[in-house]
Order: sequence, then structure tokens, then C-alpha cells
Amino acid sequence: MSGDHACAEGSLAAGLGFFAGYPITPSTEIAEHLAIRLSQVGGTFAQMEDELGSMAAIVGASVAGARSMTATSGPGFSLMMENVGLAVMMEVPCVVVNVQRGSPSTGLPTAVGQADVMQARWGSHGDYAIVAYSPASPQEFFDLTLRAFDTADTYRVPVFLMADEVVGHMTERVVIPPASRITRVQRKRLPRLKGNGRFLSFHTNGKDLVPALAHAGEGYRAHFTSLTHDERGYPTNSPDVHDRLVRRLVNKIKLNAGRIVEAEEYRLKDAEVVVVAYGCMSRSARRAVDMAREKGIRAGLLRPVTLWPFPESRLRELDKGKKKKAFVVAELNLGQMAREVERCIGRPPATLTHAGGKVLEPEAVLEVLAEAGR
Amino acid sequence: MSKETVVARHPLDELFRADRFPHILCPGCGIGAAMHCLAQAMTESGIPLDRHVCVSGIGCSSRVPGYLNVDSYHTTHGRSIPFATGLALVRPDLEVTVFAGDGDLFAIGGNHFIHAARRNVDLNVICINNFNYGMTGGQAGPTTPFGAKATTAPFGNWERPFNLPYLASAVGAVFVARWTTLHVRQLKEAVRSVMKKKGFAFIEVLSPCPTGFGRPNGIGDGLEEMELYRERCVVDHKASLPDMDIDLRDKKRPIVLGNFLNLDRPHYQPGKIPQETSHG
Amino acid sequence: MVEIRFAGYGGQGIALMGVLTGRAATLFDGKEAVLTQTYGPEARGGASNADVILSDKAIDFPLVTRPNILVAMFQEAYRRFRPDLKAGGVLVLDEALVKPEEKERSFHSIPATRLAEEMGLKIAANVVMLGFFVRITGAVTKRAMEEAIRKTVKPKVVELNLKAFDAGFRWAEKAPVGTK
Repeated sequence: MSGDHACAEGSLAAGLGFFAGYPITPSTEIAEHLAIRLSQVGGTFAQMEDELGSMAAIVGASVAGARSMTATSGPGFSLMMENVGLAVMMEVPCVVVNVQRGSPSTGLPTAVGQADVMQARWGSHGDYAIVAYSPASPQEFFDLTLRAFDTADTYRVPVFLMADEVVGHMTERVVIPPASRITRVQRKRLPRLKGNGRFLSFHTNGKDLVPALAHAGEGYRAHFTSLTHDERGYPTNSPDVHDRLVRRLVNKIKLNAGRIVEAEEYRLKDAEVVVVAYGCMSRSARRAVDMAREKGIRAGLLRPVTLWPFPESRLRELDKGKKKKAFVVAELNLGQMAREVERCIGRPPATLTHAGGKVLEPEAVLEVLAEAGR
Repeated sequence: MSKETVVARHPLDELFRADRFPHILCPGCGIGAAMHCLAQAMTESGIPLDRHVCVSGIGCSSRVPGYLNVDSYHTTHGRSIPFATGLALVRPDLEVTVFAGDGDLFAIGGNHFIHAARRNVDLNVICINNFNYGMTGGQAGPTTPFGAKATTAPFGNWERPFNLPYLASAVGAVFVARWTTLHVRQLKEAVRSVMKKKGFAFIEVLSPCPTGFGRPNGIGDGLEEMELYRERCVVDHKASLPDMDIDLRDKKRPIVLGNFLNLDRPHYQPGKIPQETSHG
Repeated sequence: MVEIRFAGYGGQGIALMGVLTGRAATLFDGKEAVLTQTYGPEARGGASNADVILSDKAIDFPLVTRPNILVAMFQEAYRRFRPDLKAGGVLVLDEALVKPEEKERSFHSIPATRLAEEMGLKIAANVVMLGFFVRITGAVTKRAMEEAIRKTVKPKVVELNLKAFDAGFRWAEKAPVGTK
């Protein structure tokens, strides 16, 4: 199964109820697959007029109670950023897949890239926090899509799947667990109201920072606005309310990072050179680590599975100890996550970068890591 | 000496979020009257209020859902229609009304409007047309008449405006009407009737914006614009849609109102192939 | 680990050759496999290739850079990818569509397209070639490939495809190996 199809199947396993999208290479197979499959399971597939509409539609579908998703690539991701902000502000769970290609602009539509990873973190305006996963295989694309919906529902936040063209288009064995073995997080819901009671639809108990969600048509008569709003959901111009709201939107992810962050570690135990790579490039890096070990270089791989939140505490831990380790970042952009690694370890790592269009081969990674370890 | 009477209840109390008042609208603005029509239509629709949903974009008109005591979504500028599309597709049992302004629906949201109409999404779209961007202080928009003054058209607007009923009918709306905030009964009736109707219904509501449009264009305050509606409006349900351009400043040109179009066409239900109707 | 490149032009069913080989290996031979493809903006025509890696353990780097096996069904594909073939690698050609260079010492060729045409199944040339490929290289087992065909192609053309596969497989048995 291809990565794109695995993603589509993962969303169905998660109970996807609504998909809206606009065709764009190399993500189109997700939409095509769901166009067939969603109607078979009673869900709704809608092809929209553009990605602005796709993103708005999945937010609307989610407040109506459906698990919802869209899929795109760089150019469409840019258009979606407007209503990613809406989902952040209204705290509406949804999943956005970006199968990255060569960019900027139309770039290399049919070839691989990883240059949207910072846009995933900062692409919409204002201060906010989201969660972004980076799958490295079709199997993981399936697994992480499933998990993305749980994370979105748990934190009432848009969750990104930052795949790349290689992972989206490559075909590998994918094991889909039986439905009975798949568990789903349930959205935290407001208690059903009788009559015309009033409630605080954006109230949190101050501990987990995530308010319960009122779906449309269930008698809550809740107000959702993209404006800064108080606990009732009503607009306000108060700078204090604004600061409290935005701080909570950031903190509900930041303070839960320990629960959200995932990273795979490979041969790191005694590693003196740590390669940081994600998505398709992590597979090249893994081979390079094995090749380095054969040459007697103690290399290991740290593969962020969540790009956001970034596994920064793990990186800092790895950098502790008597002897300073060497760090290498290998990625298909000109050093976006390398900056993040630099922020964590306090010095620039060695880098292997390329603007995209091809995956850098293990030999190239080996060369840089051997040099860095010297 | 008259005696002040305090009424314990108003018939529309349940329709409004009293704790949200006073509203932000200017004196003389027509949006409040249109909101009242929507509230009345909701009450009279026979559909329980818990099943009504109101969605808007950004602008003065788009503040209306926030005052209505129903499930309400005040979304991003121009995106009310696709947001409402997602919502209505997941919960086709809900009555979804989009209430927004001319700039929101036809400039930044124009693409969504034409495609939702083409698909015949089951939405009621009520557009307040006040010929300018009111909230940002009177800039020219997609319905500003040719030659009219606006803060971004200080020498007169050099763009041709949309004729909204003509546009809506051309792109596939199954119900098209135009009323003003003076014609509250007809407006309320039109809104009530589309709540019973499946498919994409469009109602244009001409509304005074004395602050942004009336004053710079010599129309005066809200009352004077209402007076102008009274003098120049002509109800003609069979009017020719291509000939319905509006220019409030042109004293000779009538303002044509009516319920112009009411078709039955299968509404958008993705996953269900509609039976093709004959095109005879 | 075996790296295989199937190459031809769009419309020959090159992608299907990769899919069938990968499925045969993973689902029926119990191996690991990864399939990648490169493609241009054209929907039909143009160069097409499907790269498959087969391995007994998990595959890290998913792309084929130096194939051990090159199956070329188009002159341009042969010209373009021949230099990438590993020394000692296996070269498999459609003899009607690819004319090897004079210096080519060892290769296996089959008139796959002609055989398919003779069977009245011109579009099954790729499956004829797969039969030949399986017999020559042993990259996947015959049984696994037949199962993959049964599980992949539309039910009404399963028999036709198995026939095409068999034709290619038998051709290999009688064809002299490494001919020139």
C-alpha cells in the first residue's frame, strides 16, 4: 500500500466522518481513495473550490461532530493557514495532511521536499501552538494518522501530518489492525443541557487547559468566534482576556509536551555522533548510521516523530555528559530544523541540506557524520 | 403625561442573547432590522431553535449571529459559506443560515459563493448589501456603484458593481430575492420560506450604512435612505435580472425588489447521485 | 538485499510490474519490500520506472540507486539506466524493443511484446516479462507471483494474466541464458 493510501485508511480507522480537499500532487491519492471509501462507511467526501474552502469546511464539519480531515501539499498548505488560525482560535479539532514537495511556490510538484516544516509551526498569524507528526513509512503514515485524530480531539487543536512525496508515494507492507483493536479518544463534551440554560463554553478548570466541546444542533446554542473571546465565547477587547486566552492556547500544548512528544532513537546509547533526521531523510540517515558503525564510528539516530512540539528536552539530555557529542542534521530544506537543534544544544550542528527534489543518499550523510565525529 | 411601561417579556426574548447587548451597530444602520426579520422567521419557521445554526464571516453584518441565541459561528473573512457547507453536510437535519455582508460574500468570499450555489448546497444565504465596507470605515467594495465615493475611491469608484440577484441566479441559486430593510414583512416572509426549502437560497437585503456610504454620497442619514427606498422601490417578481443594477444616487432609476426565482433542483448530497431531471 | 528497476514508457504497465513483485515478496514470500516510482507531469507516454527493493530484514533507505537487476522494455530506458546497473548485475530486455549495445556481454532477452500480441493480449506484455524475470532471477517465487497476480488484477482477467505469466516463464526455460 502506498503512503497516501495508508494515510487515507488510517483516517478511516480513526472514524473519519468528513473529508474536504482540492487536488494537488503529491497528495491527491488520499482524496481519490477517500472519494471511494468514505461513502462506503457513511462518511462525506467533498471536493472544494480551493484549499481556503477545504480548511473552512473541515472546521465546520468538526463543530458539527465529525472527525474531519483535509490533505494537500505546499501551495495548498499556504492557503489553509488562514483557517488553521480559525481552528486554533475556536479550538476545533481537525487533521491536515501535507505531503510535501519541492518548494517554494509551485516548485517541484512531483518531487520530494521537507521545506514546509517551519510553516507548520508558524504559518498562520499570531501566537499559537499546534502538533505536527512526521511519518517515515506508509505503516507509520497509517499509525500516525490514527493518532493525529486522538491528539486533535484531546487538545482541541489542528494536527498536521507533515509527510513528504517519497513517503506518500512509496509502497510498502502496511498492517491494519482489526477494528476491535483500535481505540479512539472521545472528545470531552459538555454535559447535555436542559432548557435554555447558560454555560461557559470556553471555560477550563485551569488544570488541563482544554475546554469541553459543544457540538452544533445539540441544544447548547454556543457562540464560537474567531475574535478574542471570554469564557462564554463572547467577543471582548480586553487585553487581559486576550493574553489569558492566547497563553492558554499555547500552554495547552506546551505544558503537555511531555505527553505529546515522540521520537525514535536508534543506536544512540553509546553514540558520539547524533544524526537528527525525519521523514524520508531519516531512512537515509539510518543506513548511514549502520555504515558508520561498520567503520567504527559511534553514530546514532534521533528521529523526531513529532516535529512540533520538537523533542527538545531529549536533545538537551543527549548533549549532557562529560564529552561533547557531535550533532548532524540531515534534511531536505536549507536548515530549518537545524536551527531548532541549534536552539536546543546552544551551538550550530553540522548539516547536510538540499532544497529538495531528491533524497540525499546514505553515503552523503555518512560523509558529513564522519567529518563531524572527527 | 405618558406613563412608561416596562414589558416583562418580548416575543423574541428567546431569540436574542440579551447579555450581548448593546450591539455595535451605528444609529441608522439597517442590519438590526434585518436581524429582527431573521429572528422572526426562525420563530415562525416551525423548526425548533435548537436546530437553527447561523454562520457568518467578518464585518458588521457578520456580527449578527453573535446576538442570536442559536448555535452560532462567527468565522473568518469570506469563509462563512465553506464553513457552513462542512457543517450542513455533517448535520443535514440542521437549518443553516449564512448571514454576512456584500464584501465578505462577494469579494473575498466570491469564489465560495459561486461554487456553493453551483453545487446547490442546502444553505440560506442572507447578504446585507450596504454598498461598502462598513466596519473598516467606508471603503469601496464589489457592490459600490460606479462613480460613488468611498475612502478608497476618493474621486469616485471606477469599477463596475455586481448585480447580485443576476449573479446568484446565473451560478445556480434555486431561490433569489431582493428586499430592503424597509420591507421587513416581505423580507421576513422570504427568509421564512427559504427555511422550508432545500438547496442554495440567496436573499439580498439593501441596507442603509449612513456612516460609510450614505454620508459621503449625499444620501444622508439612515432615515433619509429609508425614505429613498420608499420612494423608489418597485416590487416586480418577474423583473429582468440583468437589468437590476442599483445606484441609490440616480434619482431616475427604480430599485427593483421581489422574489425573482424559485426552482426545484436536487440539492448537494455528496455520495448520492441525484436523478437527472429533464432539461426540456 | 536485491534492488530491481523495471523501466519502460508510460502505458506499458511498468508500475504494475513493481506492484506485483512487491506484493509477491511481502504477502507471499514473507520478505520485506519497498516500491518507489519516479514520474513526470505526463499522464501517459514518457519514461516510466518502478524500483523495488527486496530484503529479508527491514529496509531503511527506500530508493534504488544501483540496481542488481534492470528490466528494460524500451530503448531509451535501457540507454538511461544501463550505467546504473551494478557490476555483475542481471540485465533483462524486451528483444523487440531494446537493441543492446555491441559491448553488452551478458543479458537475457525475450520478445515479450510480440509473444503477448500473438496471444492476443498486447497489454499483457508486462506480465509475460514478469514470468521471464521470475524464472531468470528468482527474485520472487513462481507461486508468490501467481498469487500476487490473482489478488491484484481484476477477476475476469486473472486467467489471461496467468497464461501470459506462464508464457514468459516457459520462454526462459528454453531460451539460452546470456545470449548475444
